Amino acid sequence: MSLLLFLEQTLNGLQLGVTLFLMAAGLTLVFGIMNMVNLAHGSLYMVGAFFAASFTQWTGSFFLALPLAILATFVVGVLVEAIALRTLYARDHLDQVLATFGLILFFNELTKIIWGPISIFMDVPPLLSGRVELIAGAPYPIYRLAVLAVGLAVALGLWWLIARTRLGMLIRAGASNREMVGALGVDISRLYMLVFGLGAALAALAGAMAGPIYVVEVGMGDAMLIKTFVVIVIGGIGSIRGAFVAAVIVGLVDTFGRIVPAQLGLPTAIAEMAIYILMAFVLFFKPTGLFAARA
Amino acid sequence: MKYKTLFAALALTASAVLAQPASAQQGVKIGLITTQSGPNAGLGRDMVDGFNLAIRHAGGRLGGVPTELIVGDDQFRPDAGKALAERMVQRDRVDIVTGVIFSNIMLALSDTVLKDRRGVFLVSGNAGPSELAGKDCNPNFFSASWQNDNTHEAMGQHMTNAGIKRAYIMAPNYPAGRDALAGFKRFFKGEVVAEVYTQLGQTDYAAELAALRAARPEATYIFYPGGMGVAYIRQYAQLGLMQQIPLFAPSFSADQTILPGVGDAAIGMFSSTFWSESLGNPANEKFVADFEAAYNRIPSPYAAQSYDAAMMIDAALKATGGSLANKDAFRNALRTANFQSVRGPFKFNTNHFPIQNYYLTQIGKDEKGRLVNQMRGIIFSGHADAYVGACKMK
Repeated sequence: MSLLLFLEQTLNGLQLGVTLFLMAAGLTLVFGIMNMVNLAHGSLYMVGAFFAASFTQWTGSFFLALPLAILATFVVGVLVEAIALRTLYARDHLDQVLATFGLILFFNELTKIIWGPISIFMDVPPLLSGRVELIAGAPYPIYRLAVLAVGLAVALGLWWLIARTRLGMLIRAGASNREMVGALGVDISRLYMLVFGLGAALAALAGAMAGPIYVVEVGMGDAMLIKTFVVIVIGGIGSIRGAFVAAVIVGLVDTFGRIVPAQLGLPTAIAEMAIYILMAFVLFFKPTGLFAARA
Repeated sequence: MKYKTLFAALALTASAVLAQPASAQQGVKIGLITTQSGPNAGLGRDMVDGFNLAIRHAGGRLGGVPTELIVGDDQFRPDAGKALAERMVQRDRVDIVTGVIFSNIMLALSDTVLKDRRGVFLVSGNAGPSELAGKDCNPNFFSASWQNDNTHEAMGQHMTNAGIKRAYIMAPNYPAGRDALAGFKRFFKGEVVAEVYTQLGQTDYAAELAALRAARPEATYIFYPGGMGVAYIRQYAQLGLMQQIPLFAPSFSADQTILPGVGDAAIGMFSSTFWSESLGNPANEKFVADFEAAYNRIPSPYAAQSYDAAMMIDAALKATGGSLANKDAFRNALRTANFQSVRGPFKFNTNHFPIQNYYLTQIGKDEKGRLVNQMRGIIFSGHADAYVGACKMK
């Protein structure tokens, strides 16, 4: 592989990584703090993308549609938490898996009823269309660079939120010992609702930014969800820092895993297994993940 | 006393049934199995709408007899498709099963339909696996679409004709993807720079496209149906490759289930197909216009195939006087069905797969500014599949 191709693939890997991070950050908080397995996280990614596509059509502006879609998905997230999930916190993980799997089916069907069964169009905003020759001879889409930049900015913002604010302190405390936080008089149900809404908003941001490059269709979040789970397991459940590091590693491993075996003449099935091999490897040495929140 | 009444009643009923002449029309019952949930639900929607349009064109009665259509969702799962076929054949007692988009589902349910002792017919509205064209061909199986390899063979032939020497070819890693590229290579005589298989359902192709650009091929051939196709074509255009390395694809990656999602990025792409929305013949013009009027969108090949399946059943029923009682008569009528296919010339080969034309189209805009497949010429006329030799039917 030439240096040029290597650099380009690194960019691709990083860009996939930050998208995964936006998904993983919300999921790992919900899992870590609320001890809730939420399979429907991918549905919020899909809902965010569909909202963004529709709002772009209505307002004519991607940049106006993006905050609207995030806000709308935040509301959907809070409603889902209040209506469907709140009763599940005390139940065991299997019940949660079953119920949130049901939510996936519910959201897929509802999306199909509202937006129809075929993919809908969402364009790259004109301001960010086109390419820039960051690496000589390999013009790179500006939009993908923008996704990378937004992902990094959100990661920084989340670090600030978690490490420097009162809410962040509660989230960290919740992740390491939920019962104690409740015993100290913190309104746990409000905290849960906020955390879930935050996770939904991040998923919506990921979905809305993915819309113009991937495809806005029913079920688009399902494949994303599996990779996201790999990320939070590798990163350590409940840890934002772990989610970030793991997302970047998974993004890079997945990207290079899709290219390198083919060039070495190895079976391409390795591409599909690469991130799972990585996960098994990490779990062998660190069974709680790279940065486990709970000691 | 009680028994006497019962017997009398039974006798009356029996005589009433027996008294009906054989030609009296009991109607035709058709089971349509297709995918109505998940990411491929759009294909199923076109299939159902196309079939219903044909029934409407036949005045609500295929072959002039009362027509009952039962639609079922296979959920994109072979086991669910098979269970559905069992229910339709054994409980609903349908005469004909049609539809079926995916080959794995077709292979899972074909035995259930074809081995039933009543002699149920299976008319594929899409899937055309090589098994059913070759060694497992069956007198009661008919394809209203094509054999799976055909569309890809056509593009292989076209790219050979166009003098393309170095092609980069890609497909998802599943049986239909490998069959597609095998079909392409059967007729492409240039060099295949790389044959790349990606994960089924993958929608990020940044890594693969960077490798493609570095390999500097003369042209690219892809088989990516559904959402994969939407994502691939857009990313291909976003990298600026559409002008540098022309993109060629079968209709599955360029039809009306794909184009609305891709947008203008698809303009200029070439496609091979047995039918197109802009194919000029009276039957097709009527079909496309009425489909648009009824459903407010341009039909895809899935709609066209399903429409043709219904029209072929209609013609066969007319030939037998509306009767399905004599299975041999109905089979012969289907084999020689005299109907105006929306694809133009059509006839069945000995394995009950079509012998038909394949066309080259290019994506452009119609007078209303919508993306359509515009005709660019014929690639194959009267093309048959490669498996007919392995079929014992004569």
